[in-house]
Parts: sequence; C-alpha cells; structure tokens
Amino acid sequence: MDFSQIIPAMPGLVDGMLMTLKLLALSVVGGVALGTVLALLRLSSNPLLSGFAKAYVNYFRSIPLLLVITWFYLAVPMLLNWITGSFVSIGAFTSCLVAFMMFEAAYYCEIVRAGIQSISKGQENAAYALGMNYGQAMRLIILPQAFRKMMPLLLQQSIILFQDTSLVYAVGLMDFLNAARSKGDIVGLPHEFLIFAGAVYFVISFGASLSVKRLQKRFAV
Amino acid sequence: MSMISIKNVSKWYGDFQVLTDCTTDVKKGEVVVVCGPSGSGKSTLIKTVNALEPFQKGDIIVDGTSVGDAKTDLPKLRSRVGMVFQHFELFPHLSITENLTIAQERVLGRSKDEAMQKGLHYLDRVGLKAHAHKFPGQLSGGQQQRVAIARALAMDPIAMLFDEPTSALDPEMVNEVLDVMVELAQEGMTMMCVTHEMGFARKVAHRVIFMDRGCIVEDCAKEEFFGNIDARSERARQFLSKILQH
Ligand SMILES: Nc1ncnc2c1ncn2[C@@H]1O[C@H](COP(=O)(O)OP(=O)(O)OP(=O)(O)O)[C@@H](O)[C@H]1O
Ligand SMILES: [Mg+2]
Repeated sequence: MDFSQIIPAMPGLVDGMLMTLKLLALSVVGGVALGTVLALLRLSSNPLLSGFAKAYVNYFRSIPLLLVITWFYLAVPMLLNWITGSFVSIGAFTSCLVAFMMFEAAYYCEIVRAGIQSISKGQENAAYALGMNYGQAMRLIILPQAFRKMMPLLLQQSIILFQDTSLVYAVGLMDFLNAARSKGDIVGLPHEFLIFAGAVYFVISFGASLSVKRLQKRFAV
Repeated sequence: MSMISIKNVSKWYGDFQVLTDCTTDVKKGEVVVVCGPSGSGKSTLIKTVNALEPFQKGDIIVDGTSVGDAKTDLPKLRSRVGMVFQHFELFPHLSITENLTIAQERVLGRSKDEAMQKGLHYLDRVGLKAHAHKFPGQLSGGQQQRVAIARALAMDPIAMLFDEPTSALDPEMVNEVLDVMVELAQEGMTMMCVTHEMGFARKVAHRVIFMDRGCIVEDCAKEEFFGNIDARSERARQFLSKILQH
C-alpha cells in the first residue's frame, strides 16, 4: 500500500470534489423546489393535479437512479434532436443535473408533503381569515413552518444524494469518485485511491449525519 | 343597518347535515352571543360568515357583499372581517410585531411604518406593548389570545368573529381576554361570539342565539333569553341549567 501518490494527485481530486459538490448543491436546490411544487399539486383538491403528482412520485420512486441518469444522457438529446431537427448537445453535466433534480424531487415531494400536513389546519384558517390568498398563506405561513420541521429529513435525503452523485461515472462526468479512480489508474495504484475516496465519502457523510442529529436535538427542545 | 345577514344557510358534510336553514342578522354595533352544546354547529356557522367554511344553500351578506357569490373576492372580504380562534393561531415562526404587521403589509399594502404603528397601538390597547419583540411561544395563553385580538383589530375590521376565545385558557386567564372583549363591545364593535361565558353575554350581548343539531333554536334579545327562562325551548333550558349551575 502506497498512499504517498495521493498528494501530487490532489489538485485533480479537489476538482472532482468541487464537481460533486456543485452537482449536489444545484440538485438539492432544484430538487427541493420541484419537490415543493409537486407536494402542493399532490395536496391540491383538483384530482387531475394531485393524480399527476402522485403518478410522478410513484414512477420515479420505482425506477433506478442510474437508469434516469443514462436515460437523460442518451434519450433527451435524441428527443431534442427529433423535435428541433438539429443536433443539440446538452452535455453530461446538464443531463446529470436534470436527472438528479427530477429523481430527487419525488423523494423531496413526500418529505415536503408530510411537512405541510404536520402544520395544523388552524394556521391555514388564521392566514385566510387575515385576507391572505393561497399563495401568501403557503409562502408566508405554512411553508416556513413546514420547512423548519422537515429540515432534518431534507438534510438526510441530501446526504444520500451526496453519495448517489457518484453514479455520474456512467456518463463519464469527472466527479470526486471518478477523478480518484482515473488518477489511481494513471499512477497504477487503483486500490489506494479507491480506499482514500471511500474514507473521504465516509467522513463527510457520517460527519454531516452527526451534525443533522445534533441539529435535530437542538430544535426539538 | 345590517352588517352580517345569514339567510337560510344549510351545509352538509356528505350525507351529514351540519347546518339546517340558519337565518339571523347582526346589525352594525350589535354584539351577538352564539351558544349551544358541543357539535351543534356553532363553529361551522361562524366560519361560514368569512367563508372559511363553504355552504351549499342560502346566502350570507356581509356589509353588502354576498359570501356565496362565486364572483366575490373572498380574501378581500376576509381581510375586512376579524376572526379570533379557540387556539389563538398566532404564527409561531414570527415575532409578535411580525404577527401584527404581516397581513397589514401583504394584504392591505400598508407601509412597514404604518403597519408597525397600528400594530403597536393595538398591542398597547391589550396591555402587551412590553412583549412586542417576543415570540408567541414565550407568552401565556391569555397573552397570546390578546395578541390575536390585536392582530385582528389592526386590520381595521368592520366586524369581529370569535370562536370560543376563552375555552382553551386556564381559568385565571379567562378574564384578561374577556375584559378586552367587553371593552371592544362597549366601543360599538360589531361582534359575533361563540362562547359559553354567560357572564360576558349578560354584560354586553344584545342578542343570544342558541343552536342545537345545526339549527338556530333560539334567537332573542338578551333580556328575554335570560329573564324569561320559562319561555325557552326545552333544549335551551337544559343547556342553560347545565352551564349556569356553577
Ligand atoms: N370536516 C368535517 N367533516 C365531517 N363532519 C364534520 C367536519 N367538521 C365538523 N363536523 C361535524 O359537524 C358538527 C358541527 O361541528 P362544529 O365544530 O361546528 O360544532 P361546535 O358547535 O362548534 O362544537 P364545539 O362546541 O365542540 O366546538 C359536529 O358534529 C362535527 O362532528
Ligand atoms: Mg366549535
């Protein structure tokens, strides 16, 4: 075992980690936003809207993430090509980002929905009684309280997503894991680099998980 | 002049009829107390007035505006009618001042300064100016309910609806809330109050409505309601004897 070669490879590994974090951050923001819209649709009294959201959630929770990633990478450009008639390249990064957002939205939707439902009907009534419309009641009164309650769950889900971002190797994106693998192959030390990558994933995920638990305890009192 | 006019209102939850042909009228400056056994539809009736509960039959006119009309701007109508709830329903994530100002700013479009000035004025009136910077969770139940009343008043309502405002309070806090309500009534606020506080009814109500199983069984002047018990319906007498015992 020779871990010394990891030091000179650091710049490449850092770039990989930055790619991972960028993908994670954008996917969480987009996924939570889309998930919130889906949750509102799902709670809507319109059966068409709630039916659509329900079907969306069930569909994306029933297929593997890897499939969604490759599907977006291969099928979406083809589809765009077919619609627009010209070749459009959306790139590995964008297609991965869209795949993560849409996939994670299904999970965030269920978290947000439970969060909204945990806020009493009385709060909604009070908002309406003061003359707020649906949008104001949601934005100013219900969602801020719901997000506070569900923050631990949203963070846990995002930690899972942090690990799942490594699936982008399938379409050749240079995230942290892919960078570690290719650097390791180049210097002929694949095992050392993979062990190092594993340690980094573990430390970040476990550390984040512990802080979420601590946060949860502090908010609970 | 009639401020709230409820005309033959009926409401169903599926097959279950919650309100049956309810008709009554609240004039400007009038204080009407609504009482009746649990489950008789008091909350439902009062919530139909500001359209928090839809109804299937009849109509309600609030200051000339029909609540049942599909074309009515309900948020606008609600912004003109204050409501106070059994469980206060202050917004726990907002400070007391934000609770007082948020709807003034977002719904009525008042400036920050104007909303703050108005909010603090009413907070002072309910005797809680010192608590302006706190959060609802830091106040007692009675204090929270007084803030809730101030929050409704800051919208300059044309009428106030109360749904059992004191029944979730510890006994020693009931009076601080009732005192605020009595003062309001004496200043001529139009009020519709679901409450079992008969002392309050005796003191300031003009009329008392008694409901049972979704129907308005009694609707008469306070003097008649309390003074001529023998003329009351069997159900009303039973109810009164139960709550007036202690
Ligand atoms: N969403 C609902 N679906 C079905 N039935 C309901 C619903 N809400 C209320 N009810 C029923 O309607 C009836 C009237 O309820 P309401 O809350 O108006 O009574 P209330 O007179 O205010 O009683 P309380 O003194 O307990 O507050 C009750 O029998 C209640 O069970
Ligand atoms: Mg009630």
